[in-house]
Formats: sequence, structure tokens, C-alpha cells
Amino acid sequence: MSSREQASEPPGVPTFAGTPPFPVAARAALADGQLRANLGRATATIRDKRARAVDEVADWEALRRAGAAIKDDVLARLPELLIQLEERVSAAGGVVHWARDAAEANDIVAGIVRGHGAREVVKVKSMATQEIELNAALAAADIDVWETDLAELIVQLGHDLPSHILVPAIHRNRAEVREIFLREMARAGRPAPPDLTDDPAALADASRRHLREKFLRAKVAISGGNFAVADTGTVVILESEGNGRMCLTLPEVLITVLGIEKLVPTWQDLEVFLQLLPRSSTAERMNPYTSSWTGVTPGDGPQEFHLVLLDNGRSATLADPVGRQALRCIRCSACLNVCPVYQRTGGRSYGSPYPGPIGAILTPQLRGIHEHPVDAQTASLPFASSLCGACAEVCPVRIDIPEVLLYLRAKVVEQQHGHYGERAVMTAAQAMFARPGRLAAAERAGGALFGRRRRLRMRGPGWVSAWFGARDMPAPARESFRAWWKRTHS
Amino acid sequence: MHVGLFVTCFNDAMFPAVGKATVAVLERLGVEVDFPAEQTCCGQMHFNSGYRRQCAGLVAHFAEVFGGYETVVTPSASCASMVRHYHEVVRPGVAPPRVYELSEFLIDVLGVIDVGAVYPATVAFHPTCHSQRLLGIGDRPQRLLAAVAGLRLVELARPAECCGFGGTFSVKNPDTSVAMGNDKVDDVLGTFDQSRSAASHADRPGPVAAHVLACADTSCLMHIGGLLSRRGAGVRTAHLAEILASTA
Repeated sequence: MSSREQASEPPGVPTFAGTPPFPVAARAALADGQLRANLGRATATIRDKRARAVDEVADWEALRRAGAAIKDDVLARLPELLIQLEERVSAAGGVVHWARDAAEANDIVAGIVRGHGAREVVKVKSMATQEIELNAALAAADIDVWETDLAELIVQLGHDLPSHILVPAIHRNRAEVREIFLREMARAGRPAPPDLTDDPAALADASRRHLREKFLRAKVAISGGNFAVADTGTVVILESEGNGRMCLTLPEVLITVLGIEKLVPTWQDLEVFLQLLPRSSTAERMNPYTSSWTGVTPGDGPQEFHLVLLDNGRSATLADPVGRQALRCIRCSACLNVCPVYQRTGGRSYGSPYPGPIGAILTPQLRGIHEHPVDAQTASLPFASSLCGACAEVCPVRIDIPEVLLYLRAKVVEQQHGHYGERAVMTAAQAMFARPGRLAAAERAGGALFGRRRRLRMRGPGWVSAWFGARDMPAPARESFRAWWKRTHS
Repeated sequence: MHVGLFVTCFNDAMFPAVGKATVAVLERLGVEVDFPAEQTCCGQMHFNSGYRRQCAGLVAHFAEVFGGYETVVTPSASCASMVRHYHEVVRPGVAPPRVYELSEFLIDVLGVIDVGAVYPATVAFHPTCHSQRLLGIGDRPQRLLAAVAGLRLVELARPAECCGFGGTFSVKNPDTSVAMGNDKVDDVLGTFDQSRSAASHADRPGPVAAHVLACADTSCLMHIGGLLSRRGAGVRTAHLAEILASTA
């Protein structure tokens, strides 16, 4: 058995396929005390840091408005800007590919890797490649994939799924990371030192040594991109660890998978996002590494560059006047860190690499909710929110996430995903509210049935047990307000 | 001053005391209150659950019932924001009347902070998400409460965090809703524990004041109160209007 085969099995590359609908997936996560403790601590820390980093900027609101306006402009003339980007990248020696969906993108990438006879690739952390499940596709093509971002490495070595956009291993604490490194690194390459402690510096050192041999050996690197400047054909990546810089400069071939909405028209527009993104995501004034490249530079860095432009549901999302604002997203994760639902349920409950509030509005759209009914798991996502609005407050590009959630809920109901019982309740309620006399009669009935009790505790199906499982309810009043008013004011 | 009272369907059926308290406060301040009996529901439950078609009729009905009123007052921040922000989304072209949440009306329209209430209790106020983020009522309720005689106002450690009610979210995602609610309850109980030990260190001995959790929305209050009740915690809940209506 070759070392490569040992590395790729067991248990294969996990995917989000088979995640149950949100309420069910969340139940498991809520029962995991360790997960909730890790998440609660981590999100509280980053949330407070972000608030401080944002408070430092006097014109933060103006920056947010500018960010939203630039993204809206890009979306309004996307075809023109994409053609411009293609021209500029090609002129600079890059090759541009167009991928309609995940399968096309994965085929293109696998084809390029195979074309070079490479059997392994190093990767920069990338949401687009998570979205298309590239790692699983490459594994199926017998190509080893090495994630080089520390958190992605932890997820990959743990045969795990990411649970946060920016901090994919946020659900792990350092003791768990140590265990994963000790258990798994040897199968994937350089082993962790046997005396490894859970000191963060020691863990970082182990990962650095483990990854270095992969950086130096790999012929092909794969990345996503934070931005692409249409005007010059430049792709830009912001990162914190330097692993990206290694991947973007050392290998001979670089393949970048980029969602088509990632464009900015000019370098001047980029300035806005270089302020918005670091403060919103890592709560830093400036991220440690910003790499940009334009096609190929002879004698410097990769000598072959492929840019795969990914649609995968974006055009259909763009066509929707309410939903399209989700395409402004710059993947900062600020909405995750303030979301009370995400904080308690974790990212994997959302069944997609895009968790939290942005995932709840992006995933259903990318999966085609505007074109056809979606599956039950996807349909549950817009309802995975208490509509508290904390997400909209922090979004650096002013996506009105609650507005889109509400809009998508209506789509789901239109597509007959309302449970029969729920539909019956809603229809009955509407009939009751349509006539004040019916409402008054219902109130009298409720008062007569329950009004003598101080509080209700009930057993029953569906929503009854859902409410009364952990909560009491006051009994309906024996005399409603309207009955009281009629008795005393007429 | 003449206003129409939108009591909300929820208060009408479940918490009529909140409606009566609202009437009492307004009348005490010389406001003439009218209750148009044709009123039912603002449609928030249908709208938030995705049933827009069913909501549209309720929105039209609301505009019809309250169309003749220059000013409508409601003891619900979340229903006020439904009317103000979403009625036009559901029914483009509809002209919803000007609806004020109670604390907005008292402070912004009447210009009153001290409503002459007496309420001897330690009160923690939970600022609901819709009151803060949709309606933007800020600290108006707390300013009104601070002016109530005998009332000691204490602040929650994490006031801005959602209680987890969320309308039908509470029954569609009950586990998450309850987990959020229990964290809110822990915050409430911790706040009162702290205030109790702070009070016992003060040199003015006296009976331990009643502990009350207050809100400008009975819906969130029913959820938090339902958990408090199930956990047997000795904390009562009261709507802002009930406290402001209370006199010696």
C-alpha cells in the first residue's frame, strides 16, 4: 500500500450530504456541551474584538455604504466586467475557464492537475472549493489534497467538516487539536512530535513542520480568491498565516476557483474592502498577508495560471431582485459571530460550508430555490433564525439578512414545504382574524376552556409538545380585552 | 389628544391586563383612548412564517380599521414594527396609519417621562430585538421605568441578546429556542442574585424587593416567563404598561 493510499483512506472525504433538516441537526449540536462551550467562548471573543476594531473607524457607516454600492454596481454589470476580467487575465498569460456548476468546475480542476501528471495539490483555504466539494472530487480522481490553512488542516486531519467560514475548526479546542495531530499527522506526512503539548505555539510549530514538506514538494496549488480586479485582471487573497503566500508563489501551476460575484471594477474600489474585510472578519486593522497576482510573471511564481470562474447558482440568484443582495457577501463571518442561533447550534447544523445567517440565505439560493422546489434540509434553512436582526447590524456590505430570510420563507411556503399541520393552523388563524366576531368567539371558547387555570402545561402533537416541552404558558384570559372593553365602555 | 388603541390579538386573548394597563396610563395622562372593535391582527405571524398571501388580507383589514386615526398606540414593539416596516412590503401601496409603540408615544408625542407610577420592586428590563433593531426605541422604556417611584432598575449582563422566542421559531426550532431562552433566564437570575447580594451589603436593611422581569413585548415575555415558571424561579414578569399603570 502506498503512502498516498494510506493518506486518502479511511474514512474518505466527508461531505455535508445527508445532513438532516436544521431543527434535527441542531438538536444534536445543542446536546454537545463541549461544542457549545468551544463555540460560545470563541464567538464571544471575536465578537467583542470586532466591535472594538470597528469602533476605531470614524467613517465605518460610510465605508459600509460604499462597500454595498460597489458590490451592487458590480452585480448590475457583471457580464461586462467578467468579460473584461477574462481579457485582462488572458492578456497577462493566464487561462480562463467558465464553469456552470460544481461538476464542471471539479472536472476542469481535476483535468488540469492530471494534465501535469501531478498526484497531489496544496490548497489555500477557499469557500468556493468547499462549496463545490472539490476535495472529494479530487480524491475520487486519485489526487491527494493538502489543506494548508491551520484550521482547514485540523478539519481535514480530523476527517471532519468545517463549521465556520473564517475559523473552520472553531468547534475544536486545543486539547482536541493536539489529539488530532498526534493521531493523524503521521498518516498524512511528517508526524507530530510525540511530546506535543496543547500549547498553541507548539501546535502551530507542529503544523508548520508538517506542512513545509508539502509546500516544497507540490507542483500544483489550488486557491479561491477574495477579490478580482476586472480593470487589471488581478486576483487578490487576504490571509493571516502565510500559507497562502507559500501556495501562491512556490508551485509551478496555480489554479484559482472564483465565484463570479467576487469582482471589483478597479483597484480604487478594492481599497474599501481592504478596510471592511479584516476588521469584520478577524477584527484586525489590516490582515497579515495580502497577495495579488496578475496572470503569470515570467521567472517569478507559478508559470501557469488557471482561473476557473464559477457560476453554480449565482446567475439565478442574481436574477432575483430581493435575493441578489446575498451576492454582495465578502465571506467575513461577522454575521455568524453575532448570531445567537449559530452560537448554539454550530456551523455543521446548516448542512453547507456556508453556515449562520449568510448560509441560511445563500445556500437555498445557490441550490436553486428560485427555479425549482428545494429539498427539506434546504427548505429548513430560512427558518433557522429568530429574526433578531443582529446579523444585519454588523454586515459590512449591508445585506438585509432578515429581509431575505422572510422572502425565502415565503418561497418555501409557496413551494408547498409548509407542513400540513402548519398550513392548517395558518389558514385557520387567517380565517379567524379576518372577522372580529370569529376572533371574539374563539377568545370566549379559550377562556371557557382554560380560563380557570393559572397556567397551562399540556401534552400533544407537533407545536403543542414543541412549546410545552420546556415551557409553561399562561392560560388564556377568561375575559378578553375586547369583551372587557365592550362591557365597560359601551 | 385622541388615539386609537391597537391592543394586538395576542394581548387581547392572552394578556388583557396589558391592554387595560395601557388604557389606564394613557387616560391618566389625559389621552382620549378609542378601541376600534373591528381590529384583529397585524399579520406578523403569517408574514414571519412565509404565509404572505394569508397576511395580505389582514394588512388591508388593519388599514381599514385604523385608517381614520391620525395616531395609533400599541403596547407591542414587534407589532408596531410589523406595521411600520412590512405592511407596505406585503401590500404595496397600502397606507398604514402612524403606529407608536407605547414608550415612543409617551416620550416622543406626549413628552412625558414620569407618568406618576409607583412600583416597589427590583426590575430588570429585557430590550426585545424588534424594539431595538427594527423600531429603534432605544432606552425609552428604561427612562420611563427609572422615573417610577419605588422601582429599582437593574441591567442584564447581555441585554442585547435575543431571548429565542422568534414567533413560530419557538415551535419550529424548539430546541434552539429553549436553549436561547434558558441562557436569557440564567442572565436574568444572575442579575437578580447580584442585585440581592449588593442590597444585602448596603446598610439600609429592609424586606427583599420583588424581582420582576419587564419587556415591551408580551410575546417574548411569555417565552421567558414560561421558562421561568417551568424552572420554578421566583421571578415575575410584567409588561412595561402594567408597571407604568401601577399606582400607590
